[in-house]
Amino acid sequence: MTGPVNERKASLNMASRPRLARGVRMREDKVRGRTVLLAPERTVALDETGIAILNQLDGKSTLRQVIDTLAETYDAPADVIEKDVVAFLDDLGARRFLEFES
Amino acid sequence: MNAPPGIHPPMAMLAELTHRCPLACPYCSNPLDLKTRAEELETREWVRVFGEAADLGVLHVHLSGGEPAARPDLVELTAAASGSGLYTNLITSGIGLNEKRMDALADAGLDHVQLSVQGVDEQAADRVGGYTGGYRRKMDVARMVRERRIPLTVNAVCHRQNMDDIHCIIDLAVELGARRLEVATVQFTGWATVNRQQLMPTRAQVAETTAAVELARRRLKGVLVIDYVPADYYATYPKACMGGWGRVGLNVDPSGKVLPCHAAEMIPGLVFDNVRDKSLAQIWYDGDAFNAFRGTEWMKQPCRTCERREIDFGGCRCQAMAIAGEAAFADPVCAKSPHRYLVDQAIESLGVDFVEADFRYRAAPERTR
Ligand code: SF4
Ligand code: SF4
Repeated sequence: MTGPVNERKASLNMASRPRLARGVRMREDKVRGRTVLLAPERTVALDETGIAILNQLDGKSTLRQVIDTLAETYDAPADVIEKDVVAFLDDLGARRFLEFES
Repeated sequence: MNAPPGIHPPMAMLAELTHRCPLACPYCSNPLDLKTRAEELETREWVRVFGEAADLGVLHVHLSGGEPAARPDLVELTAAASGSGLYTNLITSGIGLNEKRMDALADAGLDHVQLSVQGVDEQAADRVGGYTGGYRRKMDVARMVRERRIPLTVNAVCHRQNMDDIHCIIDLAVELGARRLEVATVQFTGWATVNRQQLMPTRAQVAETTAAVELARRRLKGVLVIDYVPADYYATYPKACMGGWGRVGLNVDPSGKVLPCHAAEMIPGLVFDNVRDKSLAQIWYDGDAFNAFRGTEWMKQPCRTCERREIDFGGCRCQAMAIAGEAAFADPVCAKSPHRYLVDQAIESLGVDFVEADFRYRAAPERTR
């Protein structure tokens, strides 16, 4: 079992361990040939970057580790990746799509 | 079946599993002519429909009613919808759910619960819902949902008699641990049409609510997402009703009749197909009712040449029917509509004083026959 989940306020920092909240899931949308994120009353079409980021969220890796893994996988500078990842996850956090293990 | 060019597959399906409901909200969007239990689709029929919906491209299914928990097979239906890959949302009053059933629903893969609240305290809420003990039950159901970590949306239909409590409604949603709050201003379809006087909010109430929602959105960023459906009758332009007719979603009523929107049956001359006779794909792509107001071809002036025709699709067909007298007219709330004066007259005719207990409550299906 992992630790308690901060359900109230979603705040993101380099030590937080984000993952998709219960009730938010990524799915193939075969009919339209794309991948979507499904959440309460929302459908978000994902691009390659979004899919790559979400695939790294397991509630165990810290945000720092997620960024480093992506930087390594895509052979890109960590500060560039960091900007993309933080912007993407901030947005998901504001929509209450994420949970953070503490 | 192949999709004809220009018609997109639907994203969402509202499955009205039953019209039965222990509550009797005076604004219930169910039709005045409620379907009885004997007319309802059987379990296996719904299971087939969920499969067809998923194949057609539906992503979200809303298990609704009436009160969906009035169906003894709700868990089985949820499992079937979820098993087809659909995102399952239960739209409920909370009555008919207990710990055991919630466990079973969670196990069946239920993704989200949308709980209606009729007011911010026991007395007010139970008066509007017409069901004593309903408010307490809801508070308990909210806890059950929260404990199972299923995302919770609180849904509050706002009208003249509860809009002044908007701040308390927002606080209540936070207290209940909701991730999302839906503040929906009453729409005049179904039972609300017979309670217009009692429900129509004033212009001042609407302005106050809009401001309160804006403030709360900022204050509660990252805590509560607020979706707000403002009152269109005080707006300049109509809403894109249903995101456009036959464009985003469909409704299946308890008897299997497929509607482009829940109120569509009030439009005379439309022929509605039933899932008992045809596949959902045939109905969506070829059905007369869906094609009647799809796109912009059917439009008359002022919509036909309006620059907003692909933005609001001429607004609500049912409202055009109800107020302007023809479904193909522009939504009469539109400032460009020659019938806008009728909406203004309706607003002006509102009494300043109104009798609080004056609701005409929604009936039970069997009693409307
Ligand atoms: S609006 Fe009220 S009466 Fe109608 S289905 Fe919902 S809870 Fe029941
Ligand atoms: S004229 Fe028709 S299309 Fe233009 S804004 Fe009004 S309702 Fe919408």
